[in-house]
Amino acid sequence: MKENLSKNAEGTVPENGPIKPVRPIPPEVLRSLPDAEGRFGPYGGRFVPETLMAALEELEDAVRRIVPSPGFQAKLAALLQEYVGRPTPLTYAARLSEAYGVSIYLKREDLAHTGAHKINNALGQALLAREMGKSRLIAETGAGQHGVATATAAALLGMRCTIFMGEEDMARQALNVFRMRLLGAEVVAVRHGTRTLKEAVNEALRHWSAHVDETFYVLGSAVGPHPYPLLVRTLQRVIGDEARAQSLSLLGRLPEAVVASVGGGSNAIGIFYPFLSDPVRLIGVEAAGEGIESGRHAAPLSAGSVGVLHGARTFLLQDDVGHIRPAHSVSAGLDYPGVGPEHAWLKDVGRAEYVAVRDEEALEALKDLSRLEGILPALESAHALAYVKKAAASLTGPVIVSLSGRGDKDVETVARRLGAVLGGADDPAARGAVGGPPER
Amino acid sequence: MGEARILEAFRTARTRPAFIPFVMAGDPDLEQTAAVVRALARAGAAIVELGVPYSDPIADGPVLIEAAGRALRAGTTPAAVLDLVRRLRREGAPPIVLLLYANVLFRAGVEDFVRAAAEAGVDGLIVPDLPAEESAAVLRTAEAFDVPVIPLVAPTSRRRLDRILAGRRGFVYVVSSLGVTGPREVLSPELHALIRDVRARTALPVAVGFGISRREQVASLAGVADGAIVGSALVRHLAQGGAVEPWVAALFGPPAGAGAAGVL
Repeated sequence: MKENLSKNAEGTVPENGPIKPVRPIPPEVLRSLPDAEGRFGPYGGRFVPETLMAALEELEDAVRRIVPSPGFQAKLAALLQEYVGRPTPLTYAARLSEAYGVSIYLKREDLAHTGAHKINNALGQALLAREMGKSRLIAETGAGQHGVATATAAALLGMRCTIFMGEEDMARQALNVFRMRLLGAEVVAVRHGTRTLKEAVNEALRHWSAHVDETFYVLGSAVGPHPYPLLVRTLQRVIGDEARAQSLSLLGRLPEAVVASVGGGSNAIGIFYPFLSDPVRLIGVEAAGEGIESGRHAAPLSAGSVGVLHGARTFLLQDDVGHIRPAHSVSAGLDYPGVGPEHAWLKDVGRAEYVAVRDEEALEALKDLSRLEGILPALESAHALAYVKKAAASLTGPVIVSLSGRGDKDVETVARRLGAVLGGADDPAARGAVGGPPER
Repeated sequence: MGEARILEAFRTARTRPAFIPFVMAGDPDLEQTAAVVRALARAGAAIVELGVPYSDPIADGPVLIEAAGRALRAGTTPAAVLDLVRRLRREGAPPIVLLLYANVLFRAGVEDFVRAAAEAGVDGLIVPDLPAEESAAVLRTAEAFDVPVIPLVAPTSRRRLDRILAGRRGFVYVVSSLGVTGPREVLSPELHALIRDVRARTALPVAVGFGISRREQVASLAGVADGAIVGSALVRHLAQGGAVEPWVAALFGPPAGAGAAGVL
């Protein structure tokens, strides 16, 4: 058992380069970003049709004027405490720490209402929409987590809600589709192109451009045109603000490193941001899918190039012409061909490190955490854990891992990957496939 | 080149407003696109807008998304579209304005792409996801090669017109209504006021697009706009196997005698 879980089980060297010294970013530099054009260095901006520019200007004005106002902040804080259940705990993972050989603390976004960090952003944007006098929310969703969070916020605040979802994703996530409808949202199937998250964002942008007067677009990650990356980071930094304070009070010190998975990058930027001026390593973990060299991955920072996607200049997966290439990951939440522009900047200036782990490494970490801590993590979060496992030798700890969501939504996917037949008495997962080879 | 040819095309247009068709290059293949452009020229097109198919066309509605999909499946590349332009230019086609998404331009490199486009005989560019705020570098390069980058003005642009129109060349593309490309039943009543605001700021010709599919809409633009851009309705008609000339005549009336651009 112990051998299975210890690092370097196969006697390989961890795939991590030399540790670069952490160079904290001065607070005054942080305050200046994004600049007036919505850029983080060369990244970000607003590459959208003219029909959306007035709406983005209106939103930017609201982000700068309404969001920081004491009235908005008080309403949001009350909702986060009484409805979402914040602050989420920082949990010491004793058995996992022992197994991986480094002291690990979990920031428990899985315990937030609806089961992931997505609600922080969806609820904040919905509240902003109401303050702006909008009557209707639209959102894109991939696996359905952001769609569920937005539908939840709309129900709570009494707003109409339409969710755009790729037809392919709707088939794969039928339960989440039904959940959104139970919550009163309309779910619209997107039938173009890859019929997945990328197309859902395209379709939400198109729909918004036709209904800008009464409609607010609740974008689900730290991507998209300015001011969305700023707005999403502002609403998600609560993760890092809490984690930093909890680290100081619980451990009496800052962590050595903070590790988070990166798809669009909202949980990562949320937990990284309050640590940017601290001497703390920040490690973003992308999805290497079937392996970077296979070409079937979702790791634009590790293996992509710079271009424009969904209104922002950033790293993305593209071909020679500039067509967007589909992403691949076992984790639907990481299955996105772009990444938030602030991460692109943090990579450029060397403040955060970006690495990638493969599907099977994430699945192993998911099993580890389930067995050792009784916590079933989302496949997204399992990528962050998998990197800690792999790189434990180079970490001194304590390490804070963003446990961005719970894994209930992924049980079917995991079962399929492990070859389990759900519901059968002879279910290999029930027999102990989880945590290592089946005991025969 | 470039701007001069565009202005001349508006002056000598055989219909009022000037007929500006949009076709997706490579839908269903480049040979048929060439044939369609020739037919459009015979039917009185003053300027032809040629779409470079893209994987993520966020400004387009279902008709043009599907057209781009067909063109991409046929293997249409930007380089092949430029080859088509070069050929059409040699044959004496009307001015050609290329519509392409920003990432295609950036991926090729702005200067490399604009140079290649100018050499192929492209007279202007429309980049639907490059608003004024992101245009400076592209405009500088395009200016150097005399390839105007056509500004787009939307109903929500009223307060942004000075910024949008500053230093622009070619013509102004007024988006008739909110939303993506695609046929509309009626044209927005605020359109006249919007065009008045545009004309108060620029002497460039004004063409109206998005949603034009009916003769009454075209007629209502006479004396108001200099050009009418017809995209989705035409692309749909072509996809259904329809002929070009009778369809254009039904929309714009029969064209006046051969224009200065010549008849192919």
